Amino acid sequence: MAASDAPYIFLTLIAPFLAAAIAPLLTRALGHWAALPLALVPAGIFAFFCRALADVQGGQAITGGYLWVPSFNVSYSWLIDGLSLTFVLLISGIGALILLYAGGYLKGHAQQGRFFSFILMFMGSMLGVVVSDSFLMLFIYWELTSITSFLLIGFDHSREASRRAAIQALVVTGGGGLALLAGLILVWNMTGVSTISLLIEYAQAVKASPYFFAALLLILGGAFTKSAQFPFHFWLPNAMEAPTPVSAYLHSATMVKAGVFLLMRLQPVFGDTAAWETILPVFGGATLLAGTVIGLRQTDLKLMLAYTTIASLGLLVMLTGFGTPHALESAVLYLIAHALFKGALFMVAGAIDHEAGTRDITRLGGLWRAMPLTFAAAMLAALSMGGLPPFLGFLAKEEVYEALAGSNPRAIAFTLFAIIGNGLMFALAFAVALKPFIGTERDLPGGHHGAAAGAETGAPPSALPGISPSRGEIGKRHTPHIHEAPALMLIGPLVLALAGLAAGIFSDAFHATFSAPMASAIAHEQRSISISAIPHLSLPFLLSLATVALGVIVYLLLDRAREAAAAALESIGWGPDQGFDQAMRGLVRGSYIITRRIQTGRLETYVMVTFIVIAAALLVPMTTFGEWPAAPLWPVDAGFHELMVFAIAVIGLFAVVFAADRLTAIVSLGIQGFAVAVIFMLYGAPDLAFTQFMVETLSVVILALVMTRLDLQPSDHRHGFERLKDAAIALACGAGFAALLMRAVQVPFNNTLTDFFNQWSKVVAHGTNVVNVIIVDFRGTDTLGEIAVVTITGLAILALIRIRVSGDVKPADNDPERSA
Amino acid sequence: MEGFMSVIVGIFFAVAIYLMLSQYIIRILLGVAILGNAVNLLLFVAGRVTREVPPIIGKGADALPASAANPLPQALILTAIVISFSFFAFLLVLAYRAYQTLKTDDTHQMRLAEPEDAAEPPLGY
Repeated sequence: MAASDAPYIFLTLIAPFLAAAIAPLLTRALGHWAALPLALVPAGIFAFFCRALADVQGGQAITGGYLWVPSFNVSYSWLIDGLSLTFVLLISGIGALILLYAGGYLKGHAQQGRFFSFILMFMGSMLGVVVSDSFLMLFIYWELTSITSFLLIGFDHSREASRRAAIQALVVTGGGGLALLAGLILVWNMTGVSTISLLIEYAQAVKASPYFFAALLLILGGAFTKSAQFPFHFWLPNAMEAPTPVSAYLHSATMVKAGVFLLMRLQPVFGDTAAWETILPVFGGATLLAGTVIGLRQTDLKLMLAYTTIASLGLLVMLTGFGTPHALESAVLYLIAHALFKGALFMVAGAIDHEAGTRDITRLGGLWRAMPLTFAAAMLAALSMGGLPPFLGFLAKEEVYEALAGSNPRAIAFTLFAIIGNGLMFALAFAVALKPFIGTERDLPGGHHGAAAGAETGAPPSALPGISPSRGEIGKRHTPHIHEAPALMLIGPLVLALAGLAAGIFSDAFHATFSAPMASAIAHEQRSISISAIPHLSLPFLLSLATVALGVIVYLLLDRAREAAAAALESIGWGPDQGFDQAMRGLVRGSYIITRRIQTGRLETYVMVTFIVIAAALLVPMTTFGEWPAAPLWPVDAGFHELMVFAIAVIGLFAVVFAADRLTAIVSLGIQGFAVAVIFMLYGAPDLAFTQFMVETLSVVILALVMTRLDLQPSDHRHGFERLKDAAIALACGAGFAALLMRAVQVPFNNTLTDFFNQWSKVVAHGTNVVNVIIVDFRGTDTLGEIAVVTITGLAILALIRIRVSGDVKPADNDPERSA
Repeated sequence: MEGFMSVIVGIFFAVAIYLMLSQYIIRILLGVAILGNAVNLLLFVAGRVTREVPPIIGKGADALPASAANPLPQALILTAIVISFSFFAFLLVLAYRAYQTLKTDDTHQMRLAEPEDAAEPPLGY
């Protein structure tokens, strides 16, 4: 790909968003067949980027971009190397299949267009994450994937479980995104570079920095939440509330791998350090074990797959940080294999749910006759997941053991983890792919055609078949005719499962095209992979045999194993999932209590706090910075008439305070107002004086009009301590303003603006009254604003006077349940 | 002269704020009216005061004499007077209507927006 391709790359990166904009319209016109034209978008992206495969073969990268905010040195720039490209092809390729699948799965759903739109937006965000070079662009796309994931999990927003799962995913992954942002900014400050391609050159500087550990923890916070690592794993199973195409696409094949992607991307920067090689394997290993053990107890197909996804992500994190030869290569192989087989298995689970009406493994059986093609796809995917030759999963597992096996205690411990984890995943793979299809045929609720997948309830075993009218066809629900899934829903699982087989058989070409460039990009040095599907006697092969043996035993004893896992987990009881609920409830209660404490509902309190803060803001800085004014001198040049006007103003003020009846108060208010007007007159401001006279007269007249209609006493109702306290606050504020003003007039006056107006009023604006010229000419727009304010106030007053509310006013009702 | 006037401005502020700290709307309104004057005087004094020469350019001259008052704060205050008056008038009518509806001008009894027995928010999702 040449540099001249930059506009096309940019176009492919925004194409999913453009498609998302037209998806609802297209769906309105074409119904579920809109999936076909929409799938052309990711298919086109897939084809476009296939051309780039040759360019990254040797570990090179395609870079490019545009300046975005030049003043902050922020760019919209991409870095497409083996790692990005593999992800891009997975996202666009699986994305196209998922769109087709969703076309069949949600056929007839009222919001199918919205669903397509969300999926395409997610696709665009995810593409952005994996090609981003600039930190800021990475962060924005990262959070966009969290937001689109929120929209997709909460797609069926009329159910509380969906809403809860959506909020939970958003809080966990969005919160992690903020940690990532902090980490990236820290790295930016440590090195001064804001793109990943440059950062790799500064790896030594990062490792030597005293902030290395803080930056690592923050970035791991982002990666671990996104990739559902223990103890942040709990949001992923709940995200299974989303329609199955979402589970297959976001929550197994792509989005949850964003965390792993980030770790791989930053491996050259943070890798090869003690912290990296301790934290990643320990958390990854814990996630692997927790995922498989909790997965064992599940009976819902999707939940079983969700927990194995967590386990696989744990394995990937463990391998990324393991630091031995072959570790990165095995992570690459396992990542690609997992995206293929897990995506296929999720689609199979969705197809079973769609046709049989349940995903409960204890109620399913004998479906192979009715759904042979689905069964075939399931078996192909399960064989890859179980790690049997000649599938890609087998290559991955051999490489994993090649990387882990060793004679030191660390290697032995993690090899043991991997054997247990892989063995249990083997059992779960076949539990999902085999159990529903073999055995006796059962009495099943039947598919839900037309009404579509409205209820992603996780199929609790207690639910009676056919009790909900949206499920099954009323009248013949006891003898449902279960048949093969529609073609749109078969393409996806079959293609993905066959891809896993083809990659395993043609391993040399696969390594040369995908896995070796990806591993080279991660390691930032040339790597080659040679593992093939032909079994050869070696330590990894023996470990594989042990894994398969463990898997077969657990599969045969699945019901007993489930009970054991359930008992073990129940003895623990509390988990982070409950912890999330407790934290959210605590947050609501805590903010309620704080709000009640701060917002007492008494205006007096609010006003008091406001003025205490104002007094402090005036007095404290003056004291801290030693800016108190010099004591004012008695104005010896002041004439007697001037002093008398000031005295009248002050007398008027105190008369208002001490007025015992309303007439005195109004008249006193008038006195101080007219005194102010006279002050303006005395000191060369006749315009102000006239305006003030007019306004004060109007104020007194209106006030008198209103006050005489109300039976109110303006006298002071406060007593003793309250009066003293308020007087103290008022005096502090008054002293503060007086001191501020004194200090202000004691510094030299800056004449610039005044001189400007003096000089140009007559010459330029042709007016002799400078004040008028400023108002109507120099600052004409301000005056327009002022007129607008007066007009709006007048209208508001008119509205208040004319509108009569009928009936009693009830207290505000904030409870949506009651007001509905 | 400005120093002395600063003290007067301080008294204006203190009285306005003392009135506004009351729990009765009518005293708060009186305080708001005085606060407007206090702020106008603050602006006026901050622009320095001169005696009796308005900022008007005489016949034949092209600019103001040095003894003339500073026109800038006057322009600002002119705007401020009008705005504070319309604000005052609006508050007055608001208080009047509130009294008509609620039969009180005691802010302690005006709890419509923040009722004393407000229910805890729902804890679900």
